[in-house]
Amino acid sequence: MNISQHFPILVIITLFTGAYLAPLAGLWKRKLCYPLAVLSALLSFLFSVVILLSVLEHGIIRYHVGGWEPPWGIELLVDPLSAFMALIVSFIGLLAVVYSKDYIAGEIPDKKLPAYYSLLQLIIGGMLGALMTGDLFNLFVMTEIFSISAYALVSIAQKKGSLIASYNYLILASVGTTFILFSTGFIYMVTGSLNMVDISQRLSALESPWVMYNGLILLVIGFAIKSALFPLHTWLPDAHSIAPSPVSVLLSALVIKVGAYSIIRSVFTVFGPGLLEQSGVVTIPVTWMASLGILLGSIYAITQTDIKRMLAYSSVAHIGYILLGIGLASTASMTGGIFHILNHALGKACLFFCAGAVLHKTGIRNVEEYTGLAGKMPITMIAFTLAAISLVGIPPTSGFMSKFYLAIGAYQESWIFLAVILLGSLLSAVFYFRVINLIYFGEPEHKSGVREQGAEIGGVVHRQPTTDNRREAPLTMLIPIIILALGSTLFGILVHIPLSVVEPAVKLLLGM
Amino acid sequence: MIEHVLPVPPAALFIVGALLIPLLKGQLRKIFLLFIPIVAFVNLLYLPQGTYWTYHFVGFDLIFGRVDSTSLPFGYIFVIMAFLGALYAIHVKESSEHIAAFILVGASLGAVFAGDYLSLYLFLAIMTVSSAFLVFSRRRKSATDAGFRYLIFHFFGGSLLLAGIILYYISTGNLYFGLLEGNELYLYLILIGFLVKAAVPPFHTWLTDAYPEGTATGSVFLSAFTTKTGVYLLVRAFPGTEILIWLGAIMAVYGVVYAVIENDGRKLLAYSIISQVGYMVAAAGLGTQMAINGAIAHALCHILYKALLFMGPGAVLQVTGREKLTELGGLFKAMPVTFWLFMVGGVSISGVPFFNGFVSKTMIIASAGLQGEAVVYVLLLLASVGTFLHTCLKLPYYMFFATDRGIKAEEPPRNMLMSMGLTAFLCLFIGIYPAILYNILPYPVDFVPYTTEKVVEKIALLSFTLLGFWLLKDKIAGQPTISLDTDWFYRKAGPAFMWFCRNPASVFASWKDLAYAKICFAFILLFRHNSPELLLTAEKRVIQSRERRQLASRQPAPLDSLTIGFSIFMFTFIVALFLLLLVFGKLVP
Repeated sequence: MNISQHFPILVIITLFTGAYLAPLAGLWKRKLCYPLAVLSALLSFLFSVVILLSVLEHGIIRYHVGGWEPPWGIELLVDPLSAFMALIVSFIGLLAVVYSKDYIAGEIPDKKLPAYYSLLQLIIGGMLGALMTGDLFNLFVMTEIFSISAYALVSIAQKKGSLIASYNYLILASVGTTFILFSTGFIYMVTGSLNMVDISQRLSALESPWVMYNGLILLVIGFAIKSALFPLHTWLPDAHSIAPSPVSVLLSALVIKVGAYSIIRSVFTVFGPGLLEQSGVVTIPVTWMASLGILLGSIYAITQTDIKRMLAYSSVAHIGYILLGIGLASTASMTGGIFHILNHALGKACLFFCAGAVLHKTGIRNVEEYTGLAGKMPITMIAFTLAAISLVGIPPTSGFMSKFYLAIGAYQESWIFLAVILLGSLLSAVFYFRVINLIYFGEPEHKSGVREQGAEIGGVVHRQPTTDNRREAPLTMLIPIIILALGSTLFGILVHIPLSVVEPAVKLLLGM
Repeated sequence: MIEHVLPVPPAALFIVGALLIPLLKGQLRKIFLLFIPIVAFVNLLYLPQGTYWTYHFVGFDLIFGRVDSTSLPFGYIFVIMAFLGALYAIHVKESSEHIAAFILVGASLGAVFAGDYLSLYLFLAIMTVSSAFLVFSRRRKSATDAGFRYLIFHFFGGSLLLAGIILYYISTGNLYFGLLEGNELYLYLILIGFLVKAAVPPFHTWLTDAYPEGTATGSVFLSAFTTKTGVYLLVRAFPGTEILIWLGAIMAVYGVVYAVIENDGRKLLAYSIISQVGYMVAAAGLGTQMAINGAIAHALCHILYKALLFMGPGAVLQVTGREKLTELGGLFKAMPVTFWLFMVGGVSISGVPFFNGFVSKTMIIASAGLQGEAVVYVLLLLASVGTFLHTCLKLPYYMFFATDRGIKAEEPPRNMLMSMGLTAFLCLFIGIYPAILYNILPYPVDFVPYTTEKVVEKIALLSFTLLGFWLLKDKIAGQPTISLDTDWFYRKAGPAFMWFCRNPASVFASWKDLAYAKICFAFILLFRHNSPELLLTAEKRVIQSRERRQLASRQPAPLDSLTIGFSIFMFTFIVALFLLLLVFGKLVP
């Protein structure tokens, strides 16, 4: 047995080890925490690259933790979808860790740095664990791990609203995890198994569909809260906007996607694909809620003046796109939905990084004050524009291609969904182009509008706005921004690269 | 050696060129700006006819080079126009404007040579964004708003087009962009998408809204590309569609009527674009070989003289900073060269013999006559009279003569004059030697513009108009008001939409507060427990709800979603209880 067979567990274990080492290292030298976190995130990223390649080459990897055979032992199940998601999570997680160095220094007290880096690795590790596990109870545990780290990270900066936001998140997400636990227990009660594949086989032998419905409904509601499906999204705007920017990135680009991934797993792996017809009981409400989320999330985003809140509401809309594609459950829509997971992760992470860079350098949070930032931070602003264009869905960026697939899948079901997708893009054009226009062509006539005393939003006084020109953020912040902006543009042209992973994943899920 | 490099896709040449602009400074950039269109023109000459540059793109075939006698003429004129526009704008220091303009040119070329819907949609979307950036470049509030309306209007049209494309793809299984016939839904969606591009009423208001708001140099680019791309798309996909004849004829008259009463010089010209594009749309609708020839020929001529016409008021705006006719006058003494060059555009658009408008416009009118469309024939003739009235007489009269308001002025920068001169020369050259135009048209031309009958008819018509204008010139002076057009709807709809976005949300939030208060009261009643905390909370909620209402009625209230969060939590809790009951109710037999 050589080392390469252990890669699935190594992806997770590296980060968990790092999470334990960070406070210990912090006791000795606080400066060590950062390189340690970067190292473990980097290792985890490299492992997930290898795993993705090997899954594509050899097919599904099933790894038995500790050598215990399923259905008794915990099984890690890595198929193209989970490998794809794991790569996204570990990559953006790595960038968030890199980005943290300069950003976090001004945001949280020095003595909390070890805790911060520990939580950061824990949240990424938890997500990776949730993605790779093939065991329902283990999924619950991993979900709890990353959720609890998320509650702590939201409030770590100790701003005015952060405690309430974190508490609000905690309450709602705990309701979600309760649902998940209920369902897990319930399914165990009926089937006597916790292994997903095993459950799937045993469920199909059951006679009453009600049994499956109940398990599935509870599970999907639980994960819908985690993934902020409308109308269960209300924890999201506060938590995502008040958290420090690298954490916003993790929450907005990754955590809600992992929730969406868990919905895919529960609908298609635990209960499908043989039971797909019956699962309409779940997928139909999910599609309608997702459609409402697309429209209302965008409308809420239009009304926002705080850039991070605007981005947070836009995430509500985009999780709508992803879940709409999943709920429609056709090849084209699933391809679009899963591809959109990547595009939204790249685009939204880039936008939150840019908003963070602006906040870090100038203290500006208000959209109206973005006037003329193109002159001061040209690279950041170009990246912002590219990512925003990708999220609006304008070709040749990657956001267009996923929406195109989604739209094809949507029309096969009903013209209403097509209209929702197109209208949603139109609405998102409204608020993104408002910012883009201000950045490049905004007339700085409201000189008094620029805060003189330093911006006090969310109870924290940020650094005084700098007046000198050309103040880009430090390299640790700029490099992630550039990488993500390039990614969201290039994957619109090199679509075949992500699609080469997404297509087998969809085929597997739909049982084709 | 040149054969090995060329041809390259014309769109790529301009778009890559645009991205290089910010790297260059000073004299070098000026040379570069003129060099790109020249290279592009040579490139076009090397472009063989046929379909190539086909890429297999995740299951779709992208065709970037469908070069035939329909697309090639548009390619030539777009590149020529890019040269003239770049020369006109060469003194502009800001690179953002040059970049937007070159990307617009590149995307238009891409759209014209695109052979499939996906790449077509790609280029149309790039055109929309780059045009909006040209409008934004004016950097003032009204321009920002107009640019924004432009953007949303075109995204709306683009959405319909995309919906049409998807329906087309699902029903046919390919994305080939060609002639569309039949009675399918996608046909209408695509048609509306194209009509928005061609500014056919009632989808025209983006044009009159945005073009006058562009910068002096940007509007020259704007005027040339978007609507003509729309015309190309109509000619390509919907030749001979009957409804286009009527839309076009009505459009031609509609534009003229508004142009006659318009006060802003460049807005007048914008309405006159609508009128002129009406001819082309009508010709596309007629669909005969001669009409299609006419549509393309007129598009080519129109680009030249309309650019020249936009350059005139652009130069005036550059020099004086004014654009309203009621604020201008008496500029002839200071700007005689500008005036004469502008007049070349004026007589061209009116279709005076020996100018290019004549050789193309008569072609369309004649083909309407040959088809036996008498009403259309009369409408188009009428529109041409109106055009002469507003563009060739009214506009220059109030701008260069009329009341002398003592405005300080001088001739515009030399590059502007050179560009105008070149354009004027081309207008005249095509008018005198129409064979050069006729040779590049898709069908063989057996049309002779200069017959005694046509020339005499035209001159008689125009002389009477001139006489009428001289008698009535005080009656049609521009009024400093805004004419009511269909854009009223969305000018009102925009704020209404924002109201919709804000208010229901806050009303909803205030309901939630009230509901929460009611629950608290209910607890107090139910348990007969007079808890002061609970009472206090309930009262606080009632007050909060009232405040929210008041705020919503006065101004957009910032949303505080924490309260909504809590109520949703309650909702989830109730759902959970309900589901549990359901689960155990069903489990226990």
